[in-house]
Amino acid sequence: MTLTEREMSTITAQVNGETMEVPEGSTILDACREVGLDLPTLCYGPTMTAANACRVCVVELEGSRTLVPSCSRALEDGMVIRTGTERAQHSRRLVLELLGSASELDRSGDQLDSWMRAARAESDRFGPNAATVATPPKIEDDLYVRDYGRCILCYRCVDACGVEHQNTFAITVAGRGFDAHIATEFDVALPDSACVYCGNCIAVCPTGALVGRVEFDMREDDTWDESRQEVTRTVCFYCGVGCNLDLHTQDGRIVSVTSPHDHDVTLGNLCIKGRFGWSFVSSGKDD
Amino acid sequence: MFGAGGGTSSYREIEETDLIIMWGSNAREAHPIFFHHVLKGVRNGARMFAVDPRRTSSAAWADVWLGIDVGSDIALANAVGREIIHSGLVNQEFIDEATEGFDDYAASVEEYTLEKAEKITGVPAEAIGQLAREYARAETAQLCWTLGITEHHNATDNVLALINLSLLTGHVGRYGSGLVPVRGQNNVQGGGDMGALPNKLPGFQDVEDQQKRARFEAAWGAEIPAKAGKHISLMHEAMDEGDLTALYIIGENPLQSEADSTEMRRRLTSLDFLVVQDIFLTATAELADVVLPAAGWGETEGTFTSSERRVQRVRKAIDPPGEAQDDIAILSALARAMGHHWPTPTAEEAWDEMRQLSPLHGGMSYERLDESGGLQWPCPDLDHPGSLFLHGRLWERPISGRRAPFHAVEDDPPVDTLTEEFPIRLTTGRRLDSFNTGVQSGRYSSPRRIPGVLDLSPEDGDSLGVIEGDRVIVTSRRGSLEAPVRFDRSLRPGLAFMSVHFPDDVDVNVLTLDAWDPKSGTAEFKATAIRVEPLVSV
Repeated sequence: MTLTEREMSTITAQVNGETMEVPEGSTILDACREVGLDLPTLCYGPTMTAANACRVCVVELEGSRTLVPSCSRALEDGMVIRTGTERAQHSRRLVLELLGSASELDRSGDQLDSWMRAARAESDRFGPNAATVATPPKIEDDLYVRDYGRCILCYRCVDACGVEHQNTFAITVAGRGFDAHIATEFDVALPDSACVYCGNCIAVCPTGALVGRVEFDMREDDTWDESRQEVTRTVCFYCGVGCNLDLHTQDGRIVSVTSPHDHDVTLGNLCIKGRFGWSFVSSGKDD
Repeated sequence: MFGAGGGTSSYREIEETDLIIMWGSNAREAHPIFFHHVLKGVRNGARMFAVDPRRTSSAAWADVWLGIDVGSDIALANAVGREIIHSGLVNQEFIDEATEGFDDYAASVEEYTLEKAEKITGVPAEAIGQLAREYARAETAQLCWTLGITEHHNATDNVLALINLSLLTGHVGRYGSGLVPVRGQNNVQGGGDMGALPNKLPGFQDVEDQQKRARFEAAWGAEIPAKAGKHISLMHEAMDEGDLTALYIIGENPLQSEADSTEMRRRLTSLDFLVVQDIFLTATAELADVVLPAAGWGETEGTFTSSERRVQRVRKAIDPPGEAQDDIAILSALARAMGHHWPTPTAEEAWDEMRQLSPLHGGMSYERLDESGGLQWPCPDLDHPGSLFLHGRLWERPISGRRAPFHAVEDDPPVDTLTEEFPIRLTTGRRLDSFNTGVQSGRYSSPRRIPGVLDLSPEDGDSLGVIEGDRVIVTSRRGSLEAPVRFDRSLRPGLAFMSVHFPDDVDVNVLTLDAWDPKSGTAEFKATAIRVEPLVSV
């Protein structure tokens, strides 16, 4: 079968009463976005296989006993999907509230704020004594900070470090139940672990639990101001692979470097040099 | 290769290929994001062979590691070729229709039996035979290499030996099958594209071709020297002979990056006039009569060409510091100071002029580069989508254009021979977090930094009676230095490794030999004979 034939085979399904045709292989989430529905997602990332961890994207599937995660469930011919049933709304809201009550979500981006508002989720409704995952940020080197008080255990960092992208396997989930947390081998400090400091975990973290040191320090000093930042797309300075970089600059200085997730060379990934090796650009200015 | 100076394939092909050979390449550390594509291929079921003296972190992913002795690549490649021929696994149709010189090649490899190759290379005959048969039988295969192949006195022959294998099997010119030299620096491919080679004009057009030259002369209104210029090793010779007395160096730190740095210092200091244009006051710049401060990466506009021949836009994010200016502005100002009326073009204007003259780049307007996120040459006109892979013409019947030639090449061991006095083979290279002489990478704080050390196998450490951290004296026929020892289990007894990143602390190029390849001018950084002696503390 040629590519064109494959693209041409479509399936028909119904989303919130609207009948639609989407390419075979689409997920329920793809279909929902196709009709303009903004379902929340936290553990799902466009460059990764869905981890099915966070459950904030669940929807009602006619004939299914349970709610289904829209990010990973493939759409099938004749499916009838409802996103706004009371059960689905209640579930999404409760999951957001539980996550928000256990973890600091104030650096998860504007999109999460709007999802919280849309779901009428109130993170503080379990009272001041609700258990949290609060823990001091791990600052172990000059490159990045692991601030696990913001972690929602979405597995994206674990998957990016593992089979999805980097194949280094420096981190995984340790512990069970509420004690589950992301850890290096034997919980050693990052510099003593297998980590190669590519920062590809930072690139996929949805809550700001993993963050570059410069950004972390600026946020702590209250000088990080995205409204004053510009982003310039360029190509990495180091080897000849040609990774695209987005240089985030504030007040004429680079403050962070990322790679676009839709760039087919990197899929958002970089190595230690590309992500962190840029301080030479501004170094002359301090001298 | 075959007249075009670039790798034949796209990264995406390695994800879908059936067999991957990494020959003299530790991409896991030196080209980590290229290795992501390799890993996708491995995860998709590709078989992988690694040919490397060291059992590197790249080799750790291979099905078979061929631990070759440094500098014996041609013997190995020729034995692979002979085995393919003797097993009846050549692609006869491809050889007959698309190549020339097969008979001479077959005769030349006849003496390279598996047994003889095992003796020369140290690789078991069985593993060589396995590589040969699997490469020949694979539906598609990607043969990748880097400086392990090219930093030798016979670099070009090494590359030809690998190209021969692709011609025997038809593993070139098809989607999924190709030859992939992964480029070491952001724009070394682009430098070649632009004609920053002594024998080429932009677009790999031969400077000694009168017709090609005439087009450029007409466009530029100036005469172009009809003879190829000197590559860097010939420049060194000319400096030694007093024929070259002034040097203008742009963005290079040869005092620390060239082999045999003692000789290099003598050469640079005996010049009448040295100009260095750089973003930092490098060790080389400190020797200069005039230093021109250049704007650096992030501060200028332009393009880079990647290892898949993909031209991508480089953009300015911040202003350069102080009086620094971008290279185009400096060069134009220099021309004006010499009495020429050169306005300072923008990067786009300079690019547009170039693509009028280079058919490979003709269709790559800035507008298209911005929209597409990069185009792969050849891209001759504005309607051309760019080229995923090269040399598809070799599969047209009859083929269009010239047949691809086999080149008979012979084993030629490293110049710096191992003797009782210098019994250990030192090879050099990069580590994950650092880059070349460290001018840029030395300025960020890396938890993974391994400073200037001598890597030895634990076995050699034992026989020398040293432990990790002990300081030793390393001596070659050129010079001597002191360095702490680090044990590395990827090394076999008799093989040592040093990175090139810390010339201020441990100047490895005091040891290396500037024997160089007459065809490419590359020096033999990869093969130095040394002895190691414990430093006796007093």
